[in-house]
Amino acid sequence: MKFGILVNEGPYQHQASDSAYQFTKAALEKGHEIFRVFFYHDGVNNATRLTVPPRDDRNIVDRWSELAKQHNLDLVVCIAAAQRRGLLDENEAKRQGKDANNIAEGFRISGLGQLIEAGIQSERLVVFGD
Amino acid sequence: MEDEMMDEEVIKKFLYVNRKAPYGTVYALESLEVVLIGAAFDQDVSLAFIDDGVYQLKKDQNTSVDAGAGMKNFSKTYRALEAYDVEKLYVDKKSMDERGLSVDDLLVDVEILDEAKMAEMMGQQDVVLSF
Repeated sequence: MKFGILVNEGPYQHQASDSAYQFTKAALEKGHEIFRVFFYHDGVNNATRLTVPPRDDRNIVDRWSELAKQHNLDLVVCIAAAQRRGLLDENEAKRQGKDANNIAEGFRISGLGQLIEAGIQSERLVVFGD
Repeated sequence: MEDEMMDEEVIKKFLYVNRKAPYGTVYALESLEVVLIGAAFDQDVSLAFIDDGVYQLKKDQNTSVDAGAGMKNFSKTYRALEAYDVEKLYVDKKSMDERGLSVDDLLVDVEILDEAKMAEMMGQQDVVLSF
């Protein structure tokens, strides 16, 4: 089955982010295809590489990056939601005149059209939120 | 976004479920942003308003600093949805009743559905985005 995943909540604040990761990982292990994981609302905060959780806790951001590397996952962060919350890639930082960027490896920033496309192309779009 | 590999023949039934009050959190505003962008994809779109989500359609919203919230009032955008061919707006009857609201209190024309009809309508969708 081809899945699209929507993550609407931030890391550590809300279990939705963990559940989305566990679901995605399990689906891949069972041989399913993940068309795209789209991060929206506070979900964009799953993509900041400046996250430094305590050592005895899971690293949610790194976990996504590793999964993306392993399975060539498409992790897409909504640009409008990201800009509101201070999440920028190199290009956007330059364009907005900011002195740093903070997007983690394996994520890319793009528009909401990518979410709609995931809805169209996937057999199931699974939403993880509040 | 306008990806060449996208099959233009595919038209799916998209439902946006709005469950949150308009200004307490950003969900309502950002949901509306998805609806507006999504309209460009020529899909079969419906919106449902449930729980505090029914307040999103309330007339006479005042969000000025003096009134308390100090946020942008985006409620007029719901009236513009028709221009985007987004015309199927469904409102949950129980949520309206619990809040003492009637269709006269709302900004736009809607169809009121009871829980069974709402569930049936949801069952007919291909993609359900819940905010």
